[in-house]
Amino acid sequence: MRPFYENLPFLSMFAAIFCGVLSSVIRDGRRAYVLALAMAAVTAAMSAVLLYYVCTRDVSFVYSMGRFAAPYGNAIKAGPLQALLATVFSIVMGLSLLGGGRGLSHDILPEKQGLYFVMADLMLAGILALIYTNDMFTAYVFIEITTIAACAMVMAKDTGPNLIATIRYLFMSLLGSGLFLIGLALLDSIGGYLLMEPLARAVEILAELGRYHRPLIVSIGLMVVGLGIKSAMFPFHLWLPDAHGGATSSSSAILSGIVLKGYVVLIITLMTRVFGLELMREVGVTHILLIAGMLGMIFGSLAAMREYHVKRMLANSSVAQIGYIFMGLGLGTEFGVAAACFHILVHATCKPLLFLCAGRLSDVSGHHRSLKNLRGSAYRDFGAGVGFTVGALSMIGIPLLGGFVSKLYLSEAALESPYVAAVLLTIAVSTVLNALYYVPATLAIWVRPPWEEIREVMHDVKPEDTRFDRSFFTASALFICLVFLLGIAYHPVMNVIYAGIRLM
Amino acid sequence: MPELVAQNRYAVVAVILFGIGLLNLMLQQNLVKKVIGLSIMDSAIFMLLASLGYIEGHGAPIVEEGAVDASLYINPIPSGLVLTGIVVSVSVTAFSLALVQRIYQRYGTVELPELLERAKKEED
Repeated sequence: MRPFYENLPFLSMFAAIFCGVLSSVIRDGRRAYVLALAMAAVTAAMSAVLLYYVCTRDVSFVYSMGRFAAPYGNAIKAGPLQALLATVFSIVMGLSLLGGGRGLSHDILPEKQGLYFVMADLMLAGILALIYTNDMFTAYVFIEITTIAACAMVMAKDTGPNLIATIRYLFMSLLGSGLFLIGLALLDSIGGYLLMEPLARAVEILAELGRYHRPLIVSIGLMVVGLGIKSAMFPFHLWLPDAHGGATSSSSAILSGIVLKGYVVLIITLMTRVFGLELMREVGVTHILLIAGMLGMIFGSLAAMREYHVKRMLANSSVAQIGYIFMGLGLGTEFGVAAACFHILVHATCKPLLFLCAGRLSDVSGHHRSLKNLRGSAYRDFGAGVGFTVGALSMIGIPLLGGFVSKLYLSEAALESPYVAAVLLTIAVSTVLNALYYVPATLAIWVRPPWEEIREVMHDVKPEDTRFDRSFFTASALFICLVFLLGIAYHPVMNVIYAGIRLM
Repeated sequence: MPELVAQNRYAVVAVILFGIGLLNLMLQQNLVKKVIGLSIMDSAIFMLLASLGYIEGHGAPIVEEGAVDASLYINPIPSGLVLTGIVVSVSVTAFSLALVQRIYQRYGTVELPELLERAKKEED
């Protein structure tokens, strides 16, 4: 008899899919919203219980789905890292929906709101499946489900520029999944399996014998590039600013916080479980990740500096932050991967906080989005101002906040790599660049402009927009707590990540 | 060289098709043509997958009652993958076309440069 907790990964995915189906039947926006929040809370609770069990027992387990045993059939695998990521992503999902609730009812047509939550539920199911899956083809199917759900969440606002941003996002994403699929086809033809463990053994044997060396490299390259396009790795990031910057606040928060990370988590799983870090270093994929990551850190920040539209600025900053993650992976060591995992958590908590606060600040300023019109807006909603400041400081990397710790771990991981000088220099330059746009943005919201300007902006503000938003306040307060938690109590989190990578 | 091409004819055709699809997706300015390019790209991948599982002279892997002799059948896994892939591809194509239709309703055009121009005007 297997212990009950081994059912939890499956149950959490099933709960998410089931709520999606249920929401499509309910159709009522308000009820679907409550259901989505409850679903996020339930999956977070289940994942947290799972995290407790796998951490205290220091195990990871394979849970086969259906009646075909390995090496055929389908399976999921859960360990400390998977449970940790699932917990954090579910929490972020719930809080993003909670915090952007008023924006959702403002931006989306009332009769379409029920459908929005169908997509939100399915997206969480897709992300959970990407985290837990132990089967390559299941990964592909859930990549597509996540893509469709994410595109639908971008287009939910249904304005013209938004639709165009969605179609560009969709085409880039589909190109990415096409490349992933062709890589998968090649890998299956030389490796013979789809389950990750038998495939890993086959890849190991092939690499040792030196047979099919070129198809192996090509398939690794295609998969990494395919997933890289979808997670906005540097040269393929051009779709991101419009898609994330134009969507409604909750969507932006979820897309930046979770969806990009889902694909990165899959890359991490491929790197550590299927191909192995040694092979990745040997074929040079890690070098490419390292270079793409470092370029992304610089160019993402440079693009963000030129931006006056606050949400597009945050979206460009996501490109830079994804660059940090890829840089950590590109170091090709376990420390590098662990630091990248920590940065995934940090960015998954900071960026949704920033997006929600930016959305709230623009709501209290007559839905203006340019930084010029947001001047002094922090005084109109104090909570949002504080949240934005905390998020911005964490992104710059101020001690006691999450961003500082992940930079510290990334630098520490770089010390044992041959590119230590380049990496440390890039981190330093990128930190300065981050400060160059986050500090002015923070100052802008806290400095009172002349009285006539305030009057001009307040002209567009409806009284119900400035009313205290309790759900936003709760969500942002919880996000701030998470950012501080990651910045102060990082040791236990890091221990879980190390255990997770060991038990991958 | 010709023998090599003949031996790998499915792979060669798949690569050519994939290239055609990819170029259409990237270079065409018409959104509908882009979606068509995407479909061609997916078909190329499915053809490659199906050909990888095919074994000359073997039959469809439909097992009847009684003894099972694996040497009679082709490899069923790639065929299964193609089926799932086709389902995914159909839903994705449907979604893209719905989106293109929505864009056409709003702007009256599906040419990307014109769309970007108009969207820019709308934003200012």
